[in-house]
Amino acid sequence: MFSNLTDKLELVFKKIRGHGKLSEKNIKDSLREVRQALLEADVNYKVARDFIKAVEQKAVGTQVLQSIDPGQQIVKIVHDELVTLLGGSTEALAPIDKTPTVYMICGLQGSGKTTLAAKIALLTKRKNKKSLVVAADIYRPAAVKQLKVLADSIQVEHFHLEGKTPQEICHEAIRYAGKNFIDLVILDTAGRLHINDQMMTELEEIKALVKPDELLLVADSMTGQDAVNVAEEFHRRLSITGIALSKLDGDARGGAAISIRKVTGCPIKLASMGEKPGDLEPFHPDRMASRILGMGDIVSLVEKAQETVDLDKAQKMQEKLLSAQFDLEDFLEQMGQLKKLGPLESIVGMIPGISRQLKGIQIDERDMERMAAIIKSMTIEERHHPHIIDGSRKKRIALGSGNSVQAVNQLLKQFSAMQKMFDNIGKKKFKGLPKGLMPFSMIR
Amino acid sequence: MSGTLDKLKLSLSRTKDSILGRITRVVKRRRIDDDLLEEIEQILIEADVGVKATTRLIDRIRETAKERNLSEGADVVTLLKDEIATILIKEDGQLFSDEDIKPVVWIITGVNGVGKTTTIGKLATQFAGEGKKVIIGACDTFRAAAIDQIAIWAERSGVDIIRSQEGADPAAVAFDAASAAKAREADILLLDTAGRLHTKSNLMEELKKVRRVVQKAAPEATIYSKLIIDGNTGQNALAQTSVFMEAIGCDGLIITKLDGTAKGGVVIAVAEELGVQVDFIGLGEGIDDLQRFDSREFAEALFT
Repeated sequence: MFSNLTDKLELVFKKIRGHGKLSEKNIKDSLREVRQALLEADVNYKVARDFIKAVEQKAVGTQVLQSIDPGQQIVKIVHDELVTLLGGSTEALAPIDKTPTVYMICGLQGSGKTTLAAKIALLTKRKNKKSLVVAADIYRPAAVKQLKVLADSIQVEHFHLEGKTPQEICHEAIRYAGKNFIDLVILDTAGRLHINDQMMTELEEIKALVKPDELLLVADSMTGQDAVNVAEEFHRRLSITGIALSKLDGDARGGAAISIRKVTGCPIKLASMGEKPGDLEPFHPDRMASRILGMGDIVSLVEKAQETVDLDKAQKMQEKLLSAQFDLEDFLEQMGQLKKLGPLESIVGMIPGISRQLKGIQIDERDMERMAAIIKSMTIEERHHPHIIDGSRKKRIALGSGNSVQAVNQLLKQFSAMQKMFDNIGKKKFKGLPKGLMPFSMIR
Repeated sequence: MSGTLDKLKLSLSRTKDSILGRITRVVKRRRIDDDLLEEIEQILIEADVGVKATTRLIDRIRETAKERNLSEGADVVTLLKDEIATILIKEDGQLFSDEDIKPVVWIITGVNGVGKTTTIGKLATQFAGEGKKVIIGACDTFRAAAIDQIAIWAERSGVDIIRSQEGADPAAVAFDAASAAKAREADILLLDTAGRLHTKSNLMEELKKVRRVVQKAAPEATIYSKLIIDGNTGQNALAQTSVFMEAIGCDGLIITKLDGTAKGGVVIAVAEELGVQVDFIGLGEGIDDLQRFDSREFAEALFT
């Protein structure tokens, strides 16, 4: 019902592709739709206007009119401008090079600070560094406990002093860390409104005391036009050094990201993609732009896959998938591999061209378990040749997997539908995408 | 009541500054033309009214101005007031109806970080203050320490709480809570659920199950689903509302954190596009800052 920026721009560019040649007028028309799409994605009004101007200046002119495929050209210009707007290249967090390095986290209420603190701690732990998470939110009931539970779950040390002010807690934490050879101190501060002077002063005081190496503002990716004011005010008072975007696993495509980046000039360093401590990624402007433009985020997918799955196998699987030659055995294995990658929705979102087609298909992880159980109750031959599964085989499979015959039927039906769908994607995939922006050229 | 209105005006003064204050300044000594309408469009969009609602508003203003032969910039303010008032001012739905059968159950839902637990704490305090027997069901068994957080609120407001372990099945807690509410003859049961992004279908299914289970445990009870929206949210508020509506219905919205800088717009957008009633708005951290939404007062505060 409410299409996101990706869907919108896909439609816009489809329109441009439909035109044989680009005229000044249809550049303007399409850019008007790009602008509308940006506004619907909560990009700040002024930021969107400047963006459109920049693209228009680049698009209207010989460059586009003389090029062989004008559609490709304009997609590229929009893409490049978006990358520039989002900061150009990936920026890392401040290096953890002294004992202790200090990261301070701040933001509005409910933006995801505590979860982020745990995520950064886990990331640090994976690099074999010792971190300390500090609960400086003394206001919200059970906020201290929340951080403690999270810290325990990832086995990271937790620090809090009952009855002390946030300033004292943070100050003491640094001293403690220095004595105990802790590499990184992560300060989780309370959520606050940017216009609450008293609370903002508290942050200024903490900052002066601990001199953080990284001062991160956590911004909810679903934030509206006000993102600009919030970010500006936090930046004005605290000179933040980086931004972490949270809740990017939803369908708000981060128009706020573009605005915040633009008004503060601060790099977006982290992308928070889920509720679990492992769901944190570096922010890649180029990938984000590709994602916004509906070209998928194949690089992130490949990287993630490299970390968790056997790449050779994955490659073979993809070939099989797209040529529709995969059978239930592959399907089973694939489900196992996919599970290691994390939440399915976020994976599907990374595959270029697929997000639109899969929109209607909902993925439930528990369904997958059921499917796996059914497939496991089949013989190897049945898995390779699903068509031999007749009534009596179905009954046996249903019984063996603790499901109904209908469930077996459903699985077989879904499987053949999937085969068809991937076959379609495999066939038409490379026609629609502009050459310079082919996802696979981005891998190399 | 006038105290409430003052607080509302104060909280919205920043909003007012961004919507009507700005528009009033813009239209001074101007004529109605495309440039002026475009500037007004900008102001509305910057207030999160949304592209669609804004476009419709501007179109209607353009038409009406033409029909009535209005050309003065200042006329736009009047026209806009009328239009926004039409969207916002409707007979406010009642929180409770005479046909409700106790225990009335409120399933409180929303995406992560909108302020569900805090809002339930405030609601419990208010309802208990009105002499109602309130029970809280701690169905957010997912987020770390969410149960502790709601338990602190239950203690503060002096109401009973039904809780389980972290990681327990939220539907099981809902079942126990509904059974307890029925057995103890509670007036109202407030169910705190885990924050979930509306795009996660399995979590939305879980929510449906919570509703089904409540129905099973207390078949006669009247069940309401209330959705909480963060006042800072942009156009995603519309997607959130429509998906939650589809999953378990939405009998009312609670818009939190309206004491920041850009507000109001999201209320107009949701009312315009989805016609859902707003029950409460959150104007600050205090318990009394969670106020019944009165569209007339709200519109008045926006315009005066």
